[in-house]
Amino acid sequence: MTETPANAGHDEAHERAGPRGVRAILKAIFLKLGVLPFLLAVALVMFTLLSDQFLTSQNVVNLLRQSVYLILVSLGQMLALVTGGFDLSVGTIQAVTSVVSAMAMSALAALYPESAGMAIALGCMAGILAGMAVGVVNGIGIAYVGVTPFIMTLGIQSVGFGVALFLTGGVPVSGIPTAFGEIFGFGTVLGVPVPILITIVCVAGFWLLLDRTALGNYFHAVGGNPKAAVLSGINLRQVLMLAYLLCAGIASLAGLLLTARVESGEANIGGTVALESIAACVIGGVSLRGGMGRVENVVLGAIFIGLVQNGMNLASVGSYLQMVVLGLLLIVAVISDSLRQKYFTRA
Amino acid sequence: MAETPHTVALLETRGLTKRYPGVLALDTVDFTLQPGEVHVLFGENGAGKSTLISVLAGVQPPTAGQVLFSGRPVTLDSVRTARQLGISAVFQEFSLVPTLTVAQNLFLGDEPRKRGLLDLVRLRSGAQRLLEQLDFPIDPGATVAFLSRAEQQMVEIAKAFRGKLSVLILDEPTASLTEKETQRLFSLVERLKSGGVGIVYISHRIQEIRRIGDRVTVLRDGRKIGTVDAKATDEDRLIEMMTGRPIAEIYPKIGFDPGERLLEIRGLRTANVLDASLEVRRHEVVGIAGLVGSGKSELMRAAFGIDDVKAGRILFRGRDTTGLRPKAMLEAGMFYLPPDRKEEGLVMSFTAQANMTLPALRRYPQRRAMGWLSKIAQSQLSERTAERVQLAFRNVMRPVAHLSGGNQQKVLFAKGLVHEVDLFVYDEPTVGVDMGTRSALYLLIKELCEAGAGVVVISSDLPEILHLCHRVYVMRRARLVTELQGAAINEANVLQHFFGEDRAT
Repeated sequence: MTETPANAGHDEAHERAGPRGVRAILKAIFLKLGVLPFLLAVALVMFTLLSDQFLTSQNVVNLLRQSVYLILVSLGQMLALVTGGFDLSVGTIQAVTSVVSAMAMSALAALYPESAGMAIALGCMAGILAGMAVGVVNGIGIAYVGVTPFIMTLGIQSVGFGVALFLTGGVPVSGIPTAFGEIFGFGTVLGVPVPILITIVCVAGFWLLLDRTALGNYFHAVGGNPKAAVLSGINLRQVLMLAYLLCAGIASLAGLLLTARVESGEANIGGTVALESIAACVIGGVSLRGGMGRVENVVLGAIFIGLVQNGMNLASVGSYLQMVVLGLLLIVAVISDSLRQKYFTRA
Repeated sequence: MAETPHTVALLETRGLTKRYPGVLALDTVDFTLQPGEVHVLFGENGAGKSTLISVLAGVQPPTAGQVLFSGRPVTLDSVRTARQLGISAVFQEFSLVPTLTVAQNLFLGDEPRKRGLLDLVRLRSGAQRLLEQLDFPIDPGATVAFLSRAEQQMVEIAKAFRGKLSVLILDEPTASLTEKETQRLFSLVERLKSGGVGIVYISHRIQEIRRIGDRVTVLRDGRKIGTVDAKATDEDRLIEMMTGRPIAEIYPKIGFDPGERLLEIRGLRTANVLDASLEVRRHEVVGIAGLVGSGKSELMRAAFGIDDVKAGRILFRGRDTTGLRPKAMLEAGMFYLPPDRKEEGLVMSFTAQANMTLPALRRYPQRRAMGWLSKIAQSQLSERTAERVQLAFRNVMRPVAHLSGGNQQKVLFAKGLVHEVDLFVYDEPTVGVDMGTRSALYLLIKELCEAGAGVVVISSDLPEILHLCHRVYVMRRARLVTELQGAAINEANVLQHFFGEDRAT
């Protein structure tokens, strides 16, 4: 019988603490909030140095106004991401909405020139319904047929864009009642631009939904551990369906607001929004693996993207180079997400 | 056979049958659970225990047969239905959402609400109350991903208590608990028993079965072999019932004749191992035992070059191989069989032949002039190897995804036989394989060892450690704590070192 004496252990392997201090604090921030605080700091310093117009109050309001469309889409994108998927078709949803609503409005305005209000209301409804129809198709494919979100929304992205181009023949749809643009594009209430007001309402709504309702928990549960969700009696398919439907709904709303801004129905209105919204979410700490994400951080992520674009405009960086920067940002965000995940699974 | 006479059983199954495509997972099983009883289910992996409890918990419906609750036939068509009757299961694979908090997990699917919104106050206080009642020191606001495995296990158990409880199903609940936590779980079980709750308990640990079990039902190949008294039945009898053959027939007697020192590890430290030193010689089977997370697997993964070495030295046949990668270690003559064949071991879409010959592709005669692969040499090699692991020829050309778990494991073993190997490291060599395969693999280990190789068996299966190994190292909390040999290799001794100083408390 040979027994080496037991090594009186003091602590477990994973309990060994790293060097405390600045590094530990930075790590804690990284784990809690992701890569955003760091990127934000870098961007603020850089653009302030590059352009003296960057930190003016006028530019900040401008920045917010430009960012609302991306904020809205990112809220929807976040739902898809939290459930463990993503939606590449958000741009298409905007296009379909824009084209359908503009066509309906201009047709109705031509028929009943004196009731512009009705034309606008019905046109908006038609646009939103068309956008949500795309969401229904996505939801059916992903939740009920079992197509992966990547393929489903990639395919639908092409289908929807094709339909929008087909409907318009590639030409912008004009003839929208001017009141539409005046109210939803450029209008203000108590000095606050209407798009910003609508966005505030949506952000509050999404925050309530995700943070304060059972359904919000279910989105996280379905993405965090689908098996656990099912074992807890959650209807997985229904939750997924709702996620893509709501995502389409809010992307569609953003499409409407953009249509009002440009005062015509455009098929290529949402060109890069899929990439931008995913980048905004991931930079805002939404995990690509699902189950993780907070509304307020996503809003900040979207504003950050807007800020980078705004800053680059002021620093007169061309739009081609901006695409390069945006793509790189997305990749950096994804790398940081997987680093963060590693810490999570090790914990 | 002990059958407790009772008027009405709390839970009863009659002729319960579950058929999957190609497999009869449960074959007309009659099972009764009395109020206030701990009824242990005992059997090998794949014997039907998990299927039985998943039917009882409402996860999947039976193909045939009846379930009676308090004498009344019931249809358990969902987890929710079962829970409404008070039947709750704690599964081994955690059904927790890692990104949600403890409180959110505890009430998932059954959240307290106020005017449509979550009632955060009640959610938190309810969770707090639940955890306090069970005496689990866990913060309800903590995110589950940051909890230790044992804490996650406690949350999992707490989940079962959120509604009324009449039947509690526990699937190897102590697998990741320390002795102290186990103690607490057992006193909880005692409390539930006296309150008339019936407990279905799956465990592989025979000591544990005796400690808290009242009756044991042994399952094998989906059939019920018998129900016996937990306290009065001895270990060998249980194992014989489980395997269907006497102990001596399963574990071959392997000749022990330690020779050249093949592997030597000195003061090893990695991300998951704090301190370990050991040696392995030719002509011996060395076991490494320990709880889940003790670092027993990581120790050899570092020796094989998968994990990074932070400190210490690894010598293979006298040569310093510290920090060498798996490719170099393979060439040096070490083979490592990973514990998860689907994840790390096999290319599931490849045929058995392609998998077996994969490690030998770079070698003559598989490789011809200009780098072409020789099909003939490959098929000769694979057929020879298949014979050694007793893999039927008809399986050689089939994709491994279509093979049974036992046959997949044979293919995985075969990968170590297509080139020169001096040291075989088998990490959980018989996870999820049937008895026939098991004894075939043990015979292969005997053959390899007696032909002069060194063999390391890392295993969570205690009988395998006890009956197969000449020497046993025990890991506890990332440290190698002891070496046992000869008569010192017995269950009590090994378990004592699993838990170490915790045992006294």
